Amino acid sequence: MIVAIALAIAAFLVAFLVFPVATVVYTAFASGAGGFTFSHFESFFGISLMRESFWNSLYVAGMSVLFASLIAIPLAYFTVRFRFRGALLIQTLGVLPLIMPPFVGAVAMQLIFGRSGSVNLLLQEHAGFTIPFMQGLNGVIFVESLHYFPFILLNLVVSLQNIDGAMEESAQNLGASGWRLFRKIVFPLAMPGYVAGASLVFVKVFDDLGTPLVLGATNMLAPQAYLRITSVGIEDPIGYVISVIMIAFSVAALWFSARILKGRDYATLQRGGTSLARRSLTRWQSVAAYAWITVVLLLVLSPHLGILLLSFSKVWSFSVLPEGFTLAHYQTVFTQSPRMIGNTLLYCGLAALLDVVIGTAIAYIILRTKLPGRQLLDWTASAALAIPGVVLGIGYLRAFRGLELPFVDGAFTAGWIALMLAYAVRRLPYALRSCMAALQQMHVSLEEAAENLGATKATTIQRIVVPLMAGGILAGFVTSFITAAVELSATIVLSSSATTAPMSYGIYLYMQSIAGRGPGAALGVLAVVIVGVGTYASHRLLQMRSNAVRPEALEAKM
Amino acid sequence: MEKVKVEARNIELSYGTTKVLRDISLTVEPGEFFALLGPSGSGKSTLLRLIAGFNQHQSGQLLVGGRDMTGIPPWKRNVGMVFQNYALWPHMTVLENVAFGLQERRLPRAEVRSRAEAALEMVGLTGFGARRPNQLSGGQQQRVALARTLAIEPQVLLLDEPLSNLDAKLRVSMRREILRLHRRLGVTTIFVTHDQEEAMTICDRIAVLDQGVIQQIGTPVELYDRPANRFVAQFVGSVNLYEGALARARGGWAFRSPSLGECFLPESFAAAERERVEIAFRPHAVSLDAPTSPDAMQMTGAIEAGEFLGEFMRYEIRVNEALVVADQPHLRGTEPLPRGTAVRLAVPPSEIRLIA
Repeated sequence: MIVAIALAIAAFLVAFLVFPVATVVYTAFASGAGGFTFSHFESFFGISLMRESFWNSLYVAGMSVLFASLIAIPLAYFTVRFRFRGALLIQTLGVLPLIMPPFVGAVAMQLIFGRSGSVNLLLQEHAGFTIPFMQGLNGVIFVESLHYFPFILLNLVVSLQNIDGAMEESAQNLGASGWRLFRKIVFPLAMPGYVAGASLVFVKVFDDLGTPLVLGATNMLAPQAYLRITSVGIEDPIGYVISVIMIAFSVAALWFSARILKGRDYATLQRGGTSLARRSLTRWQSVAAYAWITVVLLLVLSPHLGILLLSFSKVWSFSVLPEGFTLAHYQTVFTQSPRMIGNTLLYCGLAALLDVVIGTAIAYIILRTKLPGRQLLDWTASAALAIPGVVLGIGYLRAFRGLELPFVDGAFTAGWIALMLAYAVRRLPYALRSCMAALQQMHVSLEEAAENLGATKATTIQRIVVPLMAGGILAGFVTSFITAAVELSATIVLSSSATTAPMSYGIYLYMQSIAGRGPGAALGVLAVVIVGVGTYASHRLLQMRSNAVRPEALEAKM
Repeated sequence: MEKVKVEARNIELSYGTTKVLRDISLTVEPGEFFALLGPSGSGKSTLLRLIAGFNQHQSGQLLVGGRDMTGIPPWKRNVGMVFQNYALWPHMTVLENVAFGLQERRLPRAEVRSRAEAALEMVGLTGFGARRPNQLSGGQQQRVALARTLAIEPQVLLLDEPLSNLDAKLRVSMRREILRLHRRLGVTTIFVTHDQEEAMTICDRIAVLDQGVIQQIGTPVELYDRPANRFVAQFVGSVNLYEGALARARGGWAFRSPSLGECFLPESFAAAERERVEIAFRPHAVSLDAPTSPDAMQMTGAIEAGEFLGEFMRYEIRVNEALVVADQPHLRGTEPLPRGTAVRLAVPPSEIRLIA
């Protein structure tokens, strides 16, 4: 039984993850005659636009990490080090950007921070100069670092909180204080968390297709891969070369962070230990902290506010604020594209369902069985993290070209099932982590007790394991759902008609034209509402779970 | 190394409305090995952390080497502390850990190295410098923590339950190791523990704390033989304690207890009648079926339970409403007395202590 399930999961992963990606890699290295060749890579680096895109992608990803760090490190430090009410604000800051995909906010950011956006108009009028926030690559860096800094913030806060207070006290006891104490003890101990967050930001930015496309910065790798495949054609090898390069960098970044983390589990807080001592802020520290939080909060909220304003505005260009407000855009959205909302709910719901079913099964196989090669399932499923959406999309186009599905008209890659499966594969790592965590927290003796009382394995899973994992499974479902709902990379590649497209593609289509910005923003607001509600729900679920299951799990351990 | 005195004068410390330390006064003599002994929550660790500078007292005075420590931050005190969980930094090697305090003192590189290596040698870990803390066993980590603290030649050494994370065997050998280091260095040392055996075996003097109050200060023998109160009597060693009234009778004394019944003691036992008093005696002071002596306090009872502990048998004997614990040395070939055996108990008056 277990073996059959494991094989089914393996077949799914091979068919919809390994095979398409392998096809991409194969195509990048295959000569016309079918042999191995580097010539496609040579021609890639022979094209000046490609070289430029390559460096631009690296530059944008690197700078985004830098700016995201500059925003996140002080915030993380305030939260952990000081006793003050702003900590709650910082937590909110950590979530707000994540509920809106960066490409949605990008247009709004242009209206606020662009050359003739609100801020620069005001600056020009009152100070006589402008700041090129959104010019070319700057815009991508600006939008991405504002969007992704929470990854660093959240990881850093967790690792700072896990430092045993005695680590710091022993350094003080030996004569260290102030900046030296931070530099030599506190920050190095939090380093794994920082690296984990920073490498995630690097990968996310490096792979992002939507933001550069919306901002018109097409001289980067992801947009080039997409444009090559869609305009030159599916046979053009350059698209595959770019895909391989993107995979290589993602894998390298994730490998680097895994290496740093390996053997350096600095989470030194032990049971009964106390975390870093919290100090009260002095007057000036408090002013500085709140000033920084306010600045970041305003920046973080600007895309949200911008998109909201845009969705209600009659005209908004070359002015600080929109001229006149209207509800017409929402009307347009509801008459033109109600199907898109339904599509998103359907695709993402199915994908998330698939994810938690597979995630629960893999978690059980890994943590509760001795099946040989079971780790392979985990590794393969998690490998999806390193595959950019645009690459997976291209892989599907290539691997399944010509494949017709029975009962449904048209090609597999043109239909919604391919898109749904791509969502499922890409979000599987999140659901899997959530399910694994849920099962890990559950002591095995709870199951043994059931078996001891006469329950079979199947009954035990059904009546003990799944109910106790429910919180984690639901949280995994919601995470998969909301992240799939705002996915654009694979969506752009795999969406072919407006009737089968989800909301994210709809927003992208609308944003292509000036006239479509209003409805696009309206659709964006709806997406944000859906994702926001989902995020809140998953947060509550996790809280409920930690309240309900944790005490039992702890007692079982003792 | 110059030996310094540590003095606490009427120290009070509270967190909000909870008083953690109340009117703490004690003097640790230069070079002394001093223990703070008490159950968890007694305030012993708080007092230690106060000396290290991690807690601030609200009133009273703390003097180290005659200098008032109020307002001096931890990093300027030169009071070395070994933490309960060692607090070795995982991102540094063993040598880097030990060298840290020396580097913070801005010593020349060569001196840092030689002193760090000397400290490692002192704890018997020469050659372990390049390892990471997580590659060491618990006992080795403990030694590194000691070396790291001793490397800076602190004027006072503070040990916060240093043996609690070790297994029983290692605990005994580490205990001797710490004592050996103390004898060699002679540094004033304050040792926090909840384990009375640990405190009694290595410390010169002990302060017993409970609920933030010092119950008694004395040498191990003083605490054992002359406990100042019920708490100390119970906390240091095992004890039989009974409440009752002491009155003159038959030319001596009668102790009448609701649980134990009536027992008689000789004239020399006490000076005055007491309405409410407790008598305390150690289990090993009880002899079973000893020849009747007019001086001893005598009782009769029946064996209720027996535990064989190797060196001795520990019996619980029912005497009226009370249970008396009696330790009898075990000799080869003797069989434990079965449950229900009637026995006559005798306790010499010199072994009985009156506690107010």
